[in-house]
Parts: sequence; structure tokens; C-alpha cells
Amino acid sequence: MAYSDKVLDHYNNPRNVGSMDKSDSTVGTGIVGAPECGDVMKLQIKVNGATGIIDEAKFKTFGCGSAIASSSLATEWLKGKTIDEALSIKNTDIVNELALPPVKIHCSVLAEDAIKAAIHDYQAKHGAGAAKAEAVEA
Amino acid sequence: MKFPIYLDNHATTPVDPRVLEAMLPYFKEDFGNAASRNHAFGWAAEEAVEKSRKQIASLIGANSKEIIFTSGATESINLAIKGVAEMYAERGNHIITAATEHKATLDTCKRLEKSGYRVTFLPVMADGLIDLGMLRESITDKTILVSIMYANNEIGVLQPVAEIGKICKEKGILFHSDGVQAAGKVPVDVIKDNIDLLSISGHKLYGPKGVGALYVRRRNPRVQLTAQVDGGGHERGMRSGTLNVPGIVGLGKACDLCQQEMGEEARRLGYLRDKLRDKLMAALDETYINGSQEHRLPNNLNISFAYVEGESLLMGINDVAVSSGSACTSATLEPSYVLKALGAGDDLAHSSIRFGLGRFNTEEEVDYTAEKVIKVVKKLRELSPLYEMVKEGIDLSKVQWTAH
Repeated sequence: MAYSDKVLDHYNNPRNVGSMDKSDSTVGTGIVGAPECGDVMKLQIKVNGATGIIDEAKFKTFGCGSAIASSSLATEWLKGKTIDEALSIKNTDIVNELALPPVKIHCSVLAEDAIKAAIHDYQAKHGAGAAKAEAVEA
Repeated sequence: MKFPIYLDNHATTPVDPRVLEAMLPYFKEDFGNAASRNHAFGWAAEEAVEKSRKQIASLIGANSKEIIFTSGATESINLAIKGVAEMYAERGNHIITAATEHKATLDTCKRLEKSGYRVTFLPVMADGLIDLGMLRESITDKTILVSIMYANNEIGVLQPVAEIGKICKEKGILFHSDGVQAAGKVPVDVIKDNIDLLSISGHKLYGPKGVGALYVRRRNPRVQLTAQVDGGGHERGMRSGTLNVPGIVGLGKACDLCQQEMGEEARRLGYLRDKLRDKLMAALDETYINGSQEHRLPNNLNISFAYVEGESLLMGINDVAVSSGSACTSATLEPSYVLKALGAGDDLAHSSIRFGLGRFNTEEEVDYTAEKVIKVVKKLRELSPLYEMVKEGIDLSKVQWTAH
């Protein structure tokens, strides 16, 4: 199984690796996956309260090359998007961009889960969270 | 140094050039069928095959009449287990094996279970060894076979084969051992260890793929097998089919070389393996060896780097060929069942790397590998949310994960 060039690129030059202050009110943190599954992604977003735009995104991932690439790509895509635009990112977009083989599709699903988890965390901090989260999950 | 560096010698080994040289005539002028009894082509082939039988027997302390040839150890294991089960069905229907055996053993036993045999899969202790007391206790008056591997292919752990053999002899039960990873690497003696059947693989000891052998004891007791492949009655009726003469010649030569070089090779590889291990453990924290260090093949290192996933590590050391117990590296997305049996937890299985050193590895390659692995583990720990959490003092076992 050879890796696609894009996956290798993200692995060798991961974008936006790092951490933001979880307790900061402008930061939303999503942690998805489990160590026993071999996949854990932590995705964080920093939202500009005035514009509603995601100014900054950071990630850390325990997982295979495809999982690292999926979460690295996610942070790239999140920057500059509004929350609603971010919520519309689908795992299939990630699969296509990275040319993930069928056996690695679940890595992209986890990345999409991580994005949503980070957004919901941010929204929960701002009260609008509860109602909006339900609407989105429906 | 030639790249990529090959450190996956438990998966397969390169054919020793001397082995290849011994094989070539049997692809060329000496192409006869060893069963052609009436002309020189057949006689030459038969002679080569008999020589090989002697070489293999010599490596394991057996008599050449006790060696039969197969297409590989998987077939040898199938023949040993199914052959005994069927032949001795009237004596009993219970087989004992271990949870850490190779799939060739486990899947064969599972198939027999479907036909009405009972199988006990003994658990192993945290160091990978079976508990001899538990083995004794699981023996019944219906037990006809115990099958325990000499050395494990993933963690290199050596089972107490001599003691197992003694128990089996005492109870009058046949003892088969999967000797694939042990033969040619550590001294195997089927008489001393009371082994009745032993499976050997060509491509694990610098011989060719597609050939293996099964040692079948002829004295004290005389073991009989129901053939699994019919048609012509070759190999004393135990395994029909024209012999793979070039392959067999290669297997024989490979065994002969191992017998001559095993002592020195084990010393050299043990030194290199220990050097690799010590370098890694000195430079990296939260690093664990999987399986007993004392009862282990000299060339095996199976090590987990906590909080770093195996496949991502393999990707980072892309000029070194090794393997991992991580689910992501398996075709079935299941983590290593051997590591699971040690009780270490799936997360350590996902973080494991197996190094298998071999005859053609150099100290330079080992030094390069150590440095590369250290560098990549450090980089991946920077990327790891788990490592970060642990450094912050969080107890990962208390975290509520959102696994999907």
C-alpha cells in the first residue's frame, strides 16, 4: 500500500500542529477517538467573536499517516471559514483530496467528527450551543 | 549502506547466495523428477533430496527418515495437526495449543473444532510464556495432541519446550512444535526436548519460499499421520506430490549453513539487538519491551513507544523495513492478537514495532536505525495529543473517550 503524495506531504510537513488554551472563551476543543482504537484526534479552533470566522486552527493526532494527514488538512480548511461553512466539511471531501484508499476512510470520518466536536465545544461555551447543536445533529 | 534497510527477518529472509548457488543446477541440467526411479535424471534428483533430508535432520537432532517435505510451514503445521487428529481420532478428540500461536496453527485448530474436536487455547502470562501448571491441568484422557510453538514470530519469546515435551511424554500425548522461527536460530534437539513433530520453513532461515519440512518421529513413539494431500503416495504416503527439488536442495543447504554458523550468528545478532534496544530505551521515555527478555530469540526486538501509533512510525522510518502490531498495518484492521494476549492493552499494541535482525544486517544499519527511530518517535510525540495529556498529568485510563 503506497501512500498518496498529499498524505506524505501532510505527514512530513504537518500544518498547524500545536495547542491553544482550552479555557480561552474563543477556543473550541474537540477530542475524538480512543487509544484502544489506535486513533485519537485533538482539533482546536479559535473563533473571532465579531466576524464568526475561524481565525486559527490547531491539531494533534495519535494515529496512522492518513489520520495525521486528515486532521492536518482539516486545520488548513478550517482557517478563514465561518462556523456554518466549517460544519459543511464532509469526510468525503477529505477522502477525495487525499486520495484515501477504502481501508483509510474511517480516518476522514474521525476528522469530520473532530471538526464538529470542536465547533460544538465552542458553541457550548457561548450558550447558543445547545439549541444549535441539536439542529445540526438532526 | 543499501536502502531500504531490511529489519523484518521474522516475515521472511533473503536467500543466502550460497543457497541460491546450490539450487541453480536443479533448475538447469539436473531437472529430473526425484520419483523417476529408472534413469539418471531421477537418480540425481533423488540423491540431492536425500542429502537435503540429512542436512535438515542434522540441524534438529533427528534421523533423515523422519523428514518429509511440504510446500512450507503452513502446510507442515496443517499436516501435523490434522494428520494426528484424524489418525488418532479413536483415541481422543482433544487438542491443546496456545493463544499466541501462528494463524496456521490457530485456524487449523478452529477448523477441527468445527468437525467436533475440542481445543484448549492456553492463555499466556504477561511475559508471553505458557503456564506449565495450566498445561498439566488442561490435559484430559481424550487429549491426543499438544501444539506449542518453539519461538513466537511476533515477540520472539521461547516457550519452555523441554518441559512441555517432558509433560507430554509422561502423559503419552503427542507434542508438535512450530519450529519456524527457532530452527537455525537456536539449538533445537527433538530428542532432548521430547518433540514428536516439528514444522520448518525454508524462507525463514535464508532459504527459498515455497518449501518446508515436517519432522515426524519414528521411534518412541512411531508417529502416524493421515495424509492431507493424496495422489501418488510420496513421502512415505504422508504427502503426495512431486518434490520441489530445487527448493528442497535450497532448504537443505540453508539448514546446513545455519548449523555451522548459528552459534556465532546468535552472538553477533544478540549483541546488535541489545545495542538497538539500549539506544532506544536510553533516548526515549515510556518505551516497553513486549514479552520476556530472558527467554527470547537473540535477533528479536518487539517494543512499544507509548502515545505514538505504529503505522505513522513506519511511515517516518520509510528507509527501514520493519513491521508493527498496530491495527492500521493489518489487512483486517485488527491489532496484534499476540500482544493482546500479553494483557498489555490495545493502545500498546498500536504503538508496537517489531525488529527482526538477520544474517545480512550490519552494525552500521542498526546504528542508523536507532537514530532514525528516536528522531521519528520524538517528532510524533510532538504531534500526539496523548503524550501531551500525559505530560500535563492526566490519567488516560480515566478519560471518557468518544470512540465511534
